[in-house]
Amino acid sequence: MSADLRPYAAAFAARFQLMLQYRAAALAGFATQCWWGGIKVMIYAAFFTASPAAANAPITLSQAITYTWLAQAFLALAPWSGDPEISQAVRSGGVGYDRLRPLDTYGWWYVRAAAWMTARALPRAGLMLLTAGIALPLLGLEAWSWRPPADAVQAGLFAVSMVLVVLLSSAFVMLLNITAVATMDERGVNTMVASVLILFSGNLLPLSLFPDWAQTFLFIQPFAGFIDIPFRIYFGGLTGGDAFAGLGLQAFWTLVFLVIGRTWMNAQMQRLQMQGG
Amino acid sequence: MFSALFLLGRYFSASIRGQLQYPGSTLMLTAGQFLSTVIDILAAWALFARFGPVQGWTFGDVAMFFGMISISFAIADFLSRGFDMFGAHFVKTGDFDRVLLRPRSVTLQLIGYDFRLARIGRLLQGLIVIGLATAALSLQWDAGKIVLAVWIIAGGVALFFALMVFQATLAFWTVESLEVMNVLTYGGVQAAQFPLSIYTEWFRNFLIFVVPLGCVAYFPVLVILGKPDPLGAPDWLLPLTPAAGFIFLGLSFVAWRIGVSKYTSTGS
Repeated sequence: MSADLRPYAAAFAARFQLMLQYRAAALAGFATQCWWGGIKVMIYAAFFTASPAAANAPITLSQAITYTWLAQAFLALAPWSGDPEISQAVRSGGVGYDRLRPLDTYGWWYVRAAAWMTARALPRAGLMLLTAGIALPLLGLEAWSWRPPADAVQAGLFAVSMVLVVLLSSAFVMLLNITAVATMDERGVNTMVASVLILFSGNLLPLSLFPDWAQTFLFIQPFAGFIDIPFRIYFGGLTGGDAFAGLGLQAFWTLVFLVIGRTWMNAQMQRLQMQGG
Repeated sequence: MFSALFLLGRYFSASIRGQLQYPGSTLMLTAGQFLSTVIDILAAWALFARFGPVQGWTFGDVAMFFGMISISFAIADFLSRGFDMFGAHFVKTGDFDRVLLRPRSVTLQLIGYDFRLARIGRLLQGLIVIGLATAALSLQWDAGKIVLAVWIIAGGVALFFALMVFQATLAFWTVESLEVMNVLTYGGVQAAQFPLSIYTEWFRNFLIFVVPLGCVAYFPVLVILGKPDPLGAPDWLLPLTPAAGFIFLGLSFVAWRIGVSKYTSTGS
């Protein structure tokens, strides 16, 4: 069993180490995310402090702020696009090499996607924690800082949920990869998906701040699993049975994407046309 | 002058015809840009729906700020692709040598480099959001307000174009295009979407005196909204502020000249 998994582990490790080399990109991404997070924090602060309705809001200002920093820190864990190396391989014909490997192509691409996302996310998350979690309070901006998780139980559930984020995201990236195989030009689909993702994941606005009538739908749809569910668990917005329901939904959608992805990939590979030459 | 315009027209039609060879892709990209910018206004709508007006600002006001800045950015982005891609497509490849050798101005050639039709998506979003604002505020557009709107957009285009020129200028030293400038372009659109008065003071001052986004959106749009400035800027000053966009553009070309004079080729 372990020998069977070794090539996948190696693929993960290789891609992970490669992606860690892009330090300038990580710093540029981090700067952008600080700016974005800062603007959002100021906007939330204005709404929460000016409005009498804030007392009845489903989350508090400090929870919304913590959510914002978390969302910026783990931005790269969401499936923003297919794996650029896969779409490149599709156009150049390099996908043929992947088909010739004595490995399951789906699994091979899946672990590469997982490594690609986690390696980009971890350094940025570390920098963000240092800045928003430690530097801001030291500068006297305690009110705008990234707070610790609600309690030890929530922290543990959050860790489980983040693992599920990686599994779920990779399964979704696989759908985008297969789209690239099927259509050759995935840019249009990527922009469309990015919009849906921004809106329904909680990246745009914590989902609980959307109107109350939309809440049930927003909770069960798959995109909540990328951002909203783990971060609500973190600050204690989802506890006990609700937290487990959230984890269950993440696992359920992962499974759905895996099944769709595998079936679709098999169908595509049956009639794959090789490009390049 | 005439020959420059003629040449620009040729660049323009070549670029557009090229993109129309792939109508499906162009449509998808345009629709994608429209979608990705239109959801931003949903966040503002949801916040106002939950919290009600903030410091006297309503959803209609924010929609007006947002629509104006979107249109400015869409037009500037349409015109400045050559500057946006300058590091990766000209400095890194050494292609800038060829641009310098041609007997036409560098600016003209870089503007003519590419016109992305997909920017229509953002433009459309801006127009729709202004429509929303007009309906929400039951605003009457008279000739004076339309002229003012055009003046505001012109100032905004100048400002965003200038940011692209600064980004390109940096590439003379950094070679790669610096994504950090996205903070000021895309991030600027994001920041200028809300009235400046809700921001904290240092950030507000940055948006007025360093990168004068407030001057091409917040101050002059107040005149269209018929509101005095809660920050206390005098009424006579408000419609004049978009001029700051043109001053900023002038500064960017001063920096650009210095960059060009220091340019050493990297190509082979």
